[in-house]
Amino acid sequence: MIPQEIHSALQQKFPDAVLDAKLDGVIDPFIKIVPHRIKDIALFLRDDERMLFDSLMCLSGIDYTGGKLGVVYHLNSTKWNHKIVLKAEVTADNAHCQSVEAVWKTANWHEREAFDMYGVVFDGHPDLRRILMPDDWDGYPLRKDYQVPEYYHGMKVPY
Amino acid sequence: MGLLDAKFENSNIIITSMDSLLNWARLSSIWGMQFGLACCAIEMMATGASHYDLDRFGTFFRGTPRQSDVMIVAGTVTLKMAERIKVLYDQMSEPRYVISMGSCSNCGGPYWEHGYHVLKGVDRIIPVDVFVPGCPPRPEALMEGLIKLQEKIRHESLAKRKSA
Repeated sequence: MIPQEIHSALQQKFPDAVLDAKLDGVIDPFIKIVPHRIKDIALFLRDDERMLFDSLMCLSGIDYTGGKLGVVYHLNSTKWNHKIVLKAEVTADNAHCQSVEAVWKTANWHEREAFDMYGVVFDGHPDLRRILMPDDWDGYPLRKDYQVPEYYHGMKVPY
Repeated sequence: MGLLDAKFENSNIIITSMDSLLNWARLSSIWGMQFGLACCAIEMMATGASHYDLDRFGTFFRGTPRQSDVMIVAGTVTLKMAERIKVLYDQMSEPRYVISMGSCSNCGGPYWEHGYHVLKGVDRIIPVDVFVPGCPPRPEALMEGLIKLQEKIRHESLAKRKSA
């Protein structure tokens, strides 16, 4: 399916969950969706006979600045060989997004990384803890307003 | 060498000082700790393999800090790893030595400015004997670092411990 068809199928199935989309003039056409409906949408995209997005190629976190965070899903169907990108936007004050770990196991570590770096909390994740930084680290390092600590466990951090 | 200070012809007696004998033994068998952190470890492995052959210097890698004489810090020292490096260093028995291999462990390397997760030089947590520059250093550079360490050991004295 081409991105336009995927978009209209999603709009038909989830009229309240699909926001706008940009399907032309970009390398990866994307569809914006609401973060608390991502699991249903993911299940539909994975299991529907026309979609069959069996592979979550990447799950990324983004800081759009101004208190806006995002989660981006790159999907690929190995059967139909089509791709689509989903974007969910959350606010830094209430950075909650549904987990898709139950849909694609790949998401387990990716969601932990997005949580580690951006502080996006994935509701429904079975084991949401930091994956790269130490467990007792303060703050989310890839946020644009992040300040590097002066010391960590007595070790000076800045150069 | 410093070993054969005096030799009596046609006999089995060698006279030398305790210092030079011990130093000779130590510098001829610097066992390294089998421990790599990043891409520098690939060069370290290449140095240890047959093409460059660290065994020529009496160096080969041991799987435990308790049997090691030198810790080659080969790669980026993250803050998370730094604490473990300190533990490993503390587990090594004296005399112990540290070679800091590559820009990352020397001073933070490419992460010196924006590396919120990187320790800017392993000498902030453990004493370093030899710094090997490079990103990563070629095997020749690491071998020169080892030879520098051998020179350092050669001039040690039992009476006057190295300042660590």
